[in-house]
Amino acid sequence: MIEMRGVSKTYRVRRREAGLGNAVKSLFSRSYTEIPALRDMTFTVPDGQIVGYIGPNGAGKSTTVKILSGILRPDCGECRVNGLVPWEDRKRHVARLGVVFGQRSQLWWDVPVADSMELLRDIYRVPEGRFRENKERLTELLDLGDLLRTPARMLSLGQRMRCEIAAALLHSPEVLFLDEPTIGLDAVSKLKVREFILEQNRLCGTTVILTTHDMQDVEALCSRVLLIGRGRLLLDGTTAQIRAMAGENLSTEESVADLYRRFGI
Amino acid sequence: MKKYFSFFKMRLMAGLQYRAAALAGLSTQFVWGGMEILLYRALWSAHPERFPMGVEALAAYIWLQQAFLTFFALWQWESELADAVRTGAVAYELTRPMDLYGMWFARALALRLSRGLLRSVPVLLLGAAVPAPWGLRLRVSPAVFGLFLVSSVLMLTVVCAFIMLVYALTFFLEDSRGIMMLGAPLADLLGGGIVPLPFLPAGLRRVAELSPFGSMQNVPLRIFGGDIAGAEIARAMGLQVFWAAALIAAGYAVMRAGLRRVCVAGG
Repeated sequence: MIEMRGVSKTYRVRRREAGLGNAVKSLFSRSYTEIPALRDMTFTVPDGQIVGYIGPNGAGKSTTVKILSGILRPDCGECRVNGLVPWEDRKRHVARLGVVFGQRSQLWWDVPVADSMELLRDIYRVPEGRFRENKERLTELLDLGDLLRTPARMLSLGQRMRCEIAAALLHSPEVLFLDEPTIGLDAVSKLKVREFILEQNRLCGTTVILTTHDMQDVEALCSRVLLIGRGRLLLDGTTAQIRAMAGENLSTEESVADLYRRFGI
Repeated sequence: MKKYFSFFKMRLMAGLQYRAAALAGLSTQFVWGGMEILLYRALWSAHPERFPMGVEALAAYIWLQQAFLTFFALWQWESELADAVRTGAVAYELTRPMDLYGMWFARALALRLSRGLLRSVPVLLLGAAVPAPWGLRLRVSPAVFGLFLVSSVLMLTVVCAFIMLVYALTFFLEDSRGIMMLGAPLADLLGGGIVPLPFLPAGLRRVAELSPFGSMQNVPLRIFGGDIAGAEIARAMGLQVFWAAALIAAGYAVMRAGLRRVCVAGG
């Protein structure tokens, strides 16, 4: 169970106009702008649900994931994941958590993927039997095969992303955060990843929070959608509801764009 | 403990891939050591009575320094870690159920050992083949060898703890390359990397020996060659223990403070 109540987070960002004159001026006086990334965010996700977390760029999606992963500490508000406060009980919390940041890599760059997996096994203290079982299942479902013997730097983006997802699930986490996991993937890889996420959820009851810009991901996977904009929760419902709110004959993509417009975000 | 060892193994495996780098390092170190020997021999033949170290002790110092250069070279560091802080890749590291300090310490240590282990043996052998007194005399008493080993372990601890402090400071700066660019030459001078510390003027030498840099290569290399003995060794190793503890405590504290204000932007 994931609970967030009244969570707010503000970033302080240095800003200046372009140009040499302004650069010199900023040597002496710097102006900062407070950017509220999350404002009074409140929601609950029960065990075993797949939730799509959507919103335009800069809405606060990644900030939420980072707070839930224990990387960031919010300015105020309460947050618990399976009873633990992520940033206070970081080590115990992350032992039961799997994370994929689509923009970054957790695989060791220079060595074959299988070596990275063995390292993760030791870090999470996965018993040998369970490790082998998980690895075999993931290899089969994500079609990894020979990729495991290839250094991560030689993999294509789609191949690497499949390995990243496998790496995040070796320790059978109860909760999985996927931050844009299908970014840059081709159609076949996308379908494979989606199929796999559903399978993982069905078999292991893994709770999944998925942030994405790909509305087809959301439609294929999520029973529930959280729409956020400018740090606020704007809508909590199903994909069907989102579509119903928008006009007739619009694709999901268009109806979301329509929603963004309607909420002024 | 097992997970730290695994990190170590991983780094070792990654390091073993770079055969060309090991070969290039090997030849550089041998040629460099040979040139240093020629230089000191010229100095020595001009004024043998004013030489501050025994010739054999100096030869041992130079050959061991070249063989184990990567163990203590402060200008070699894992840019990956500082980059992880600068670019935000540290986010992933923080989703591991491990202590970040311990994890990175193991990596920093493994990097040094993996780079050095392969190339040290040939340099040692070549150094030993150089005729006396300018070659490396490998026969030392078991007691001296034991002290050399213990002091080497302390040296590695001090070096890695120092590097960790620099990594931790990256949390507060936009880029830590500046500290390294300023710090590395200073460390090289005060640590006995450019010339062994006995060759420095008395005042500077005292400062260098008391500084954390004097607790690095300076101690084991001088123990092996017999340049310091008895109470001097005890004092030098005591100082090593002090600096190891102080630098670890400082690095740990800075990292904790840094993690509290960490802010990973974008994506």
